[in-house]
Amino acid sequence: MAIPKVCGIETEYGIHVVGGDPNPIAASSALINAYAHHVARQQIGWDFEDEAPGNDARGFSVEGSMPPLVETHLVNTVLTNGARYYVDHAHPEYSSPECLDALECLRYDRAGEQIVIRSMEAAATVLRDGAELVVYKNNSDGKGNSYGCHENYLMDRATPFARVISGVTPHFVTRQIITGAGKVGSETDFHKRGSVDFQLCQRAEFFEEQVGLETTIKRPIINTRDEPHADPHRYRRLHVIVGDANMAEVATFLKVGTTAVVLAMIEDDAPVGRPLTLADPVRAMHEVACDRSLTRPLLLDDGSTATALAIQWTLFAAARKYSEEHGLACLGTPEVGEMILSRWEKVLEGLENDPMTLARQLDWVAKLQLLEAYRDRHGCSWDDPRLAAVDLQYHDLRPARSLFARLDTERLVTQAEVDAAVDQPPRGTRAWFRGRCLAKWPAAVTSANWDSLVFDLGSDPLRRIPMMDPLKGTADHVDALLEQCATPSELVERLSG
Amino acid sequence: MPERELKKKPSPERTDDIVEETATAQAASAAGDKLKAELDDLLDEIDEVLEDNAEEFVRNYVQKGGE
Repeated sequence: MAIPKVCGIETEYGIHVVGGDPNPIAASSALINAYAHHVARQQIGWDFEDEAPGNDARGFSVEGSMPPLVETHLVNTVLTNGARYYVDHAHPEYSSPECLDALECLRYDRAGEQIVIRSMEAAATVLRDGAELVVYKNNSDGKGNSYGCHENYLMDRATPFARVISGVTPHFVTRQIITGAGKVGSETDFHKRGSVDFQLCQRAEFFEEQVGLETTIKRPIINTRDEPHADPHRYRRLHVIVGDANMAEVATFLKVGTTAVVLAMIEDDAPVGRPLTLADPVRAMHEVACDRSLTRPLLLDDGSTATALAIQWTLFAAARKYSEEHGLACLGTPEVGEMILSRWEKVLEGLENDPMTLARQLDWVAKLQLLEAYRDRHGCSWDDPRLAAVDLQYHDLRPARSLFARLDTERLVTQAEVDAAVDQPPRGTRAWFRGRCLAKWPAAVTSANWDSLVFDLGSDPLRRIPMMDPLKGTADHVDALLEQCATPSELVERLSG
Repeated sequence: MPERELKKKPSPERTDDIVEETATAQAASAAGDKLKAELDDLLDEIDEVLEDNAEEFVRNYVQKGGE
């Protein structure tokens, strides 16, 4: 039986300084410090004890591979909603807390946007000479530099990794027809300059390998980073790097939801109906991104072909059958599981009949419709810089400037739910324990990370509370305990006793 | 499923169907007009909020690769 698909989204935002020091590390630090000091009014540091991004899920090290460096000197905070908000390389990054289902994951992704908006506002009050920090939720600068929006899914360690690779690759190559955020033009050597008007996906052309450890160079469709942030004997955390950062809620929901279903099917070894092994997944990924007619045949290993849409239909049909046989308990609640399947089906129907009917649901369609209308009005060609400006400003998070915010896209969560998620952690994972401890005893928690909390109780040594199971430390598990303990010392004693 | 792509609507034989299709077409065209009007308003707004010098704005947006 598939284990619960605990999930989260990490977003690296683009940052631009108007009228001040353009250094992106300084700007990212200023943004996050402004939030910590002026909005959250507390700053709990990150504990790097658990970081090992060089471990490879295939169980070996690849010579010459380049895992990212762990940067311990940059700004790092942990928030009361259980998220991590920090400077990663030269970008502000928000890593959502661990969520139980795709809808919750969406809520916490939207909370991240809200936190960034509040950070920009706070920064504006402390920056000198009217300098402004502007943050974009996108994945590339249009000049060949990309930054990621990664997803994470809890998986059973017992599932062979080779099965994960073969099972999820067809989904990662083809789901971009749903999850792509859209982009004007191209920016890598995979495409001849000026040969592509518009791509469904921002990230697709940055992928060069099928499987690998890297995330910044030679990006692989399947990332093998083996850093479970949990009991490594029971769990794996699948680190997914192929996704775009979505603005549209339905796109975010389906990105996480459909992937969670496919991963559950892999854990239960559910049949898919027909072989979907692509002859050349990397090439297929680039091809799908450039094909807005959704008709391009992709070559499969057995010599036959299938379109991205046909592959998505096959995966959907298998998921429907899987749900009838196994139920959807591992996707959070049965309601959310059913919502994933019915939304998935509806979107595939829309893509089949007329993709432009999905402008309220999918980012690439919304953006394309906007660009086409703009082209129509101003009579401009695809290489007109005004179209690149529309593309970029679609992702501007400033409410007054965001083009996305002006579109009437479909909402799946309310603003009140998003606001609550800015401060309150998810109830059904260990994020609850992390967030509630931070809220209750900010002075006593010296640092935190995904699988532990470190308390300073005023006496040596510091006490580390391990949280090796993402499904423990939930509101049901610890609320009574937190209620009963008047001091952090009492809590630590009771937990160690 | 590829079979779905092959399904074709049967050609209308009865007048009811034709009337119905005309009504559907009219509804679709009305929805299209509404959409166009909304997009028009939006384009007016975009012309107002879009960064003044698009070329410079786009050129200046340079990021370091991340992840």
